[in-house]
Amino acid sequence: MSDAGPVMPDHPPVTDWFHDFDHTDPRWTEDPFPIWDELRAKCPVVHTDRFLGCYLPTTYEAVRQIANDTEHFSSRRVIVRDVRPEITNTAPPITSDPPGHKPAKQLLLPPFTPDAMRKLEPRVRAICNELIDEFVGDGKCDAAARYTKHIPVRAIAHMLGIPEKDGDLFIKWIHEILELGIKDDAALMRAVHEMAGYFVGHIEQRKKHRTDDLISTLMDARDKNGEPLSDNHVLGSLRLLLIAGIDTTWSAIGSSLWHLARTPADRERLVAEPALIPTAVEELLRAYAPVTMAREVMKDTVISGCPIKAGNMVLLSFPAANRDPAMFPDADKVVIDRKENRHAAFGLGIHRCVGSNLARMEMTVAIEEWLKRIPDFKLDPAGQVTWSEGTVRGPRQLPLLFGKAG
Amino acid sequence: MARLKIHVDQEKCQGHARCKSLAPELFNLDEFGNAHEIGDGSVPDGLEDKAWLAQANCPELAIDVVEE
Repeated sequence: MSDAGPVMPDHPPVTDWFHDFDHTDPRWTEDPFPIWDELRAKCPVVHTDRFLGCYLPTTYEAVRQIANDTEHFSSRRVIVRDVRPEITNTAPPITSDPPGHKPAKQLLLPPFTPDAMRKLEPRVRAICNELIDEFVGDGKCDAAARYTKHIPVRAIAHMLGIPEKDGDLFIKWIHEILELGIKDDAALMRAVHEMAGYFVGHIEQRKKHRTDDLISTLMDARDKNGEPLSDNHVLGSLRLLLIAGIDTTWSAIGSSLWHLARTPADRERLVAEPALIPTAVEELLRAYAPVTMAREVMKDTVISGCPIKAGNMVLLSFPAANRDPAMFPDADKVVIDRKENRHAAFGLGIHRCVGSNLARMEMTVAIEEWLKRIPDFKLDPAGQVTWSEGTVRGPRQLPLLFGKAG
Repeated sequence: MARLKIHVDQEKCQGHARCKSLAPELFNLDEFGNAHEIGDGSVPDGLEDKAWLAQANCPELAIDVVEE
């Protein structure tokens, strides 16, 4: 413990979600949906004194308004934490506000278009099959540890031009930043520094010899004055791609397999009608959106009739918005062939996830390849499903039995 | 029968690319992944349902479909 720095005490359990919500409470981690439904029925935006003051919008409309209001809501802090240390490590464009946001984002968009993803797709398909080869003969596996976790790590490593085998390192940093970092600033800073050291090495290599990958693309990018990006900007963007691109999609693929393991009718339909998988992916993204972002309130305002005070954070729950029955008929059900689906899983407004096309491709390919190889599976009653805490929600243990086993 | 015409509002489009996925005959994406209607936005016969489907899946409400 001595080198871990100050760790905030564990949070007291929540007894009054309306006045004292906490997204790190075990009840939220386990099953947040009834909490959001209860809060939404009472008020579109609720507040807690935890996290030095934080709001939670639960309706689609309130989430949409906040996401589109960059005047009152800043992205300079995108994780709700116990502490608000001075901002030193930015990750443009996710932590950027206008007017700096657009140029930073436009640098990252071209490598993530659907056409660019189509070129990456064969490698992702091969990654999925390499992983399945390792456990398919066992008749069972922890799909979170052995499948869903590795697909986005290896895909992003492939894009960045760094060894796919370094993936375990990335997974460790992401855990330290996104989960431990909510309550333990030292763990977060340590991970950020380790990550920076790792990427500085790869940047230095490419200063001698450019390679055909995303790191080189960022190094060759020019701002509007024709100047190259600073090493710090390149590092910040790499940090963002790693943090945003891995446990998010890991979670989305995991929640999808969790749903299909528990819902034979949906699973059998997708096996029989694989052309429906892209539509199903949208519905699984709606129902189990993994990512909750944050904003910092810069000026007092009113959202959906609720007064919002500067100095508080906002837990911007796209997952709760996606469960709003005012927006989605049968919002609490997975309708695997839902036709109209304006879900907000990738955010709304200028901060739309830059990797949404990558995530969609990875989810589609991961489900397609899994169902081809393992069309029949269910939760292993001898194991336990566990869920990640905090900003990104998905299964971290997902024990499955294949075939007619068990 | 009324002809349909589509238009993508460039102020609203954020590049979710749902329209391109659902109605590739009607939309193109630019180098940043933002969507534009193909040509003058006239919807060829038989593609009306796809035009409405694309509109119904745009998270930013950026697609207009008008009957001419």
